[in-house]
Amino acid sequence: MDITLLLTSMVALASGIPLTLLLTFASLVAGLVLAVPLAFMRASSRKWLSLPVLAYTYVFRGTPLLVQLFIIYYGLGQIGAIRSSVLWVLLRDPFWCCLLAFSLNGAAYTTEIFRGGIQAVATGMIEAAQAVGMSPLQIKRRIIFPIAFRSVLPSYANEVISLVKATSLASTVTLLEITGLSRKLVSETFAPCEIFIAAGVLYLGLTLLLAGFFHVLEVWLNGTPRAKTYKRRVTLQQVAHGQ
Amino acid sequence: MDGFAVQFVSGLKTTVLLALVSGALGMALGLLAAAGRLSRWRVLSRLVGFYTTIIRGVPELIIILLIYFGGTVAISAFFGRYVEVNAFLAGVVSLTVVFGAYTAEIFRGAVLSIPTGQIEAARSLGLHPWQTWLLVILPQMLRIALPALANQWISLVKETSLISIVGLTDIMRVAAIGAGSLRAPLTFYLAASALYLTLTSLALVIFHLLERRFAVPGR
Repeated sequence: MDITLLLTSMVALASGIPLTLLLTFASLVAGLVLAVPLAFMRASSRKWLSLPVLAYTYVFRGTPLLVQLFIIYYGLGQIGAIRSSVLWVLLRDPFWCCLLAFSLNGAAYTTEIFRGGIQAVATGMIEAAQAVGMSPLQIKRRIIFPIAFRSVLPSYANEVISLVKATSLASTVTLLEITGLSRKLVSETFAPCEIFIAAGVLYLGLTLLLAGFFHVLEVWLNGTPRAKTYKRRVTLQQVAHGQ
Repeated sequence: MDGFAVQFVSGLKTTVLLALVSGALGMALGLLAAAGRLSRWRVLSRLVGFYTTIIRGVPELIIILLIYFGGTVAISAFFGRYVEVNAFLAGVVSLTVVFGAYTAEIFRGAVLSIPTGQIEAARSLGLHPWQTWLLVILPQMLRIALPALANQWISLVKETSLISIVGLTDIMRVAAIGAGSLRAPLTFYLAASALYLTLTSLALVIFHLLERRFAVPGR
């Protein structure tokens, strides 16, 4: 093990961090925009609304992300209509294909996570909002979503972290993010141990940072001012009353 | 496409075998790691904590590439000539290491949710510590862990597709070869995804039956 090589390759691989982060956050935002309405549809008691969403989440959660990425990157070009359409400008580019695959895959998981949160909102809350005279959309926006979001935050944090790790698959369609750069570097130097460990350390740093951020967010969102308890005072009072 | 049916069947066999072997080994590793994490020895508990944190914070692909290419370099250096690591073996090792880290956390959570009274009762009956583990903790813990284990097994089946990147001829690799030679990527990758969907659905059904069979009363 060559420590100097490990450190220098870490510096070289750091130039892949922006692309990894861009892929992560862009697909995170796209996935969230897609997942929130889908989660409400999935949680709906109307079958014609929830079943199509279930089909979508079932297929996307039941197949490997690698297959989904290859279907989008290599497969869609087989359809003549797509090749001749305007969309081809985007779908020919590996970056947009990755973004599409990661967003659709992430949205499927996020939809199911939010569905759980939405269904766990106490009916009393919704009834109270109805009694106050809120419209169904207002109830969703002001009552259900904030409560559901807080309750699913730990699972959502896990989903974000797996998205960071999933972006490593972008290297299979020639993108040079952290993993892509490390594979390129290995083929040039053939020192796989040092370089892949360096890449692993960078990913670990990113995921730990995100985990820390979500932990702070969780504390902040659940940070209702706690009622102060004075343990010693209570015991003293009990002693006084006991006598 | 006809000639590829045979290849898809052999790819399917490889995928299933890889998932089953690394799943079984990974669960064994996960059990040991969970026991180590819960152990009274601080050093052991810390070490296992490092292992699970690191593995769960690094992409599976990096671990697979490290074990395959790093393994080739290390073994070649040991024998003094170029030795290429078998892709299946590298796949088993890397997926076992990954699966072990995730199941260790699942098992740890499940053990912690067993009421301490159970363990105290076992001790007061005079059971040896390993008897307590085998007869009291393990049966109760496994059924608490079942739902989370089901998710992890499904992820494992999907992760086997990553081993195709280092050249294992599994479902994914067969699809890639077919897509290249017949110039029909959509057809072949859709066929591959149908096979994977069948496997994950099968895993889902099996775990559903297991959960029904071993349902925890009152939960």
